[in-house]
Amino acid sequence: MTDYRVLPGPEHFLPPAAASMGIRLPNPGEAHINGVIASEEKAYEEAARQFLMAKVPTIFPGPLVLWAWNEKAAKKATAIRHLFNTLKECVQPGQKPMLIPMPDYRPKYPKINPEVEINPNHPNLTIWHNKIDCCVFVGVHCHQANLSLKIIRGGTSCYTIAMCAQAGHEDAMLSFRDASVEKIMKLADTIKRLKGTVQPRLSAKNGASN
Amino acid sequence: MSKERIQISEALYDIMPSDYQDLVKSATYGKEDRGWKDIGTSKELIEQHSLCAGCPESMAFRYILASLPNPEDTVMVGSTGCTSLVFPMVAVHNIHSLFGNQNAIASGLKRALSVRFPGRVKDVVVLAGDGATVDIGLDMTLQAWFRQEKFTTICFDNELYANTGGQESGLMQKGFVAKMAPVGKLFDKVRLPEIARESGCHYVVNCTVSKPSLVEKVIRNAVHIAREIGPTYLQLYTPCILEIGKNSMEGLQEMRDSEKPAERFAYKEYVSEPAKQLLAELAAKDKERKAAAKQLAAQAQAN
Repeated sequence: MTDYRVLPGPEHFLPPAAASMGIRLPNPGEAHINGVIASEEKAYEEAARQFLMAKVPTIFPGPLVLWAWNEKAAKKATAIRHLFNTLKECVQPGQKPMLIPMPDYRPKYPKINPEVEINPNHPNLTIWHNKIDCCVFVGVHCHQANLSLKIIRGGTSCYTIAMCAQAGHEDAMLSFRDASVEKIMKLADTIKRLKGTVQPRLSAKNGASN
Repeated sequence: MSKERIQISEALYDIMPSDYQDLVKSATYGKEDRGWKDIGTSKELIEQHSLCAGCPESMAFRYILASLPNPEDTVMVGSTGCTSLVFPMVAVHNIHSLFGNQNAIASGLKRALSVRFPGRVKDVVVLAGDGATVDIGLDMTLQAWFRQEKFTTICFDNELYANTGGQESGLMQKGFVAKMAPVGKLFDKVRLPEIARESGCHYVVNCTVSKPSLVEKVIRNAVHIAREIGPTYLQLYTPCILEIGKNSMEGLQEMRDSEKPAERFAYKEYVSEPAKQLLAELAAKDKERKAAAKQLAAQAQAN
């Protein structure tokens, strides 16, 4: 067991990989919250609560769902759109949900446009620019998600959630595993269910800090 | 990935940056006779780039990407240098190798692609500077040719190490003084086109990129020959205007001056016998295809 907890940063420029601090991945049917293994049910509630509390809750869909390379990808994209629409319906005035794509992984030179996209090599730019304080990664290849999650934890105070189709991410503050259309829809349902029960952080300092 | 699989999920189409929407809508993936004339009328496979204003290398990049016969099934292998600043903005699969390793990586890649996709044409094109091709990577370059690896090697020859401030390179001309080579080059420019021919390349061209139609022709020939027969090599003069003391507008003239007869980039071409035969067959097929298309168009007009 480890005392290390995966918490919103900024931790420092080179935060340790959570795995190297003893954080382990959840088994099938489980999730982790701040590095502690939890039931999926608890994780849905916590993820929904974080979204409903955030000033700028944001979904970052990656290439695995943005590109319709198979039928499943297209279905997941539809589920993600549903999640975003649900989020928009459930937030209170003053909260600004966003849906920002990560179309590919190439570093963007000479500059990225943080208003319209996020890049795994410098995700902090998009987080800072839009003052995003809670985000979920979905449809991002694991190694690129790990890179992004570490950079975000290192340089921002954004709460990160990973909706991973494989074994989950230690470097996210909350991680699901074996993501599917059903799991994305269930997160949307949970947000709907908790609507109005969570007070947004509107009076606190806006968004992610640097 | 074939063109049919390059589609944006409908549910998230509206959030995709316009570059990507344009690539799907109006890029020339899959177009049989794509070429430099598509520039300006369709989405180019190069977006922005961070090269200097007027850099001939940026022209070369645009012509090459417009001319690749099969961009959706091509992997480009690059090396460290100015080109590596461009590759992130290129909509063709690419790999950045360690400096000089590009031909070794391309060898393994080409073989792996042949095993993984046995029924599909997959082209590999190496694009590196003269330092990577001729100095640091000469071993890998030559060994790939000796082994008859089936890919194209393109050398952007700017006759020095431009990216690091102007050091002497093997392809620098004799006597040239650069910012970080103040004594002047003491020996002749390495004659890599001749070495390529002797090393087993089936198609070798030495030219500048001043004429887009010529670049298109040599790129298509080189890729087709590499696909069917064996290694090909293109040495393209892309002068570094900064390092040779030219202004942004003078790159094109510099190339024109250097391609005059008896100059070092006067057009030179070597085609092996099997490659000549292949080019003749391709030309005949092309003629047939164009005639059939013309006939179809005439019929459609008549109806």
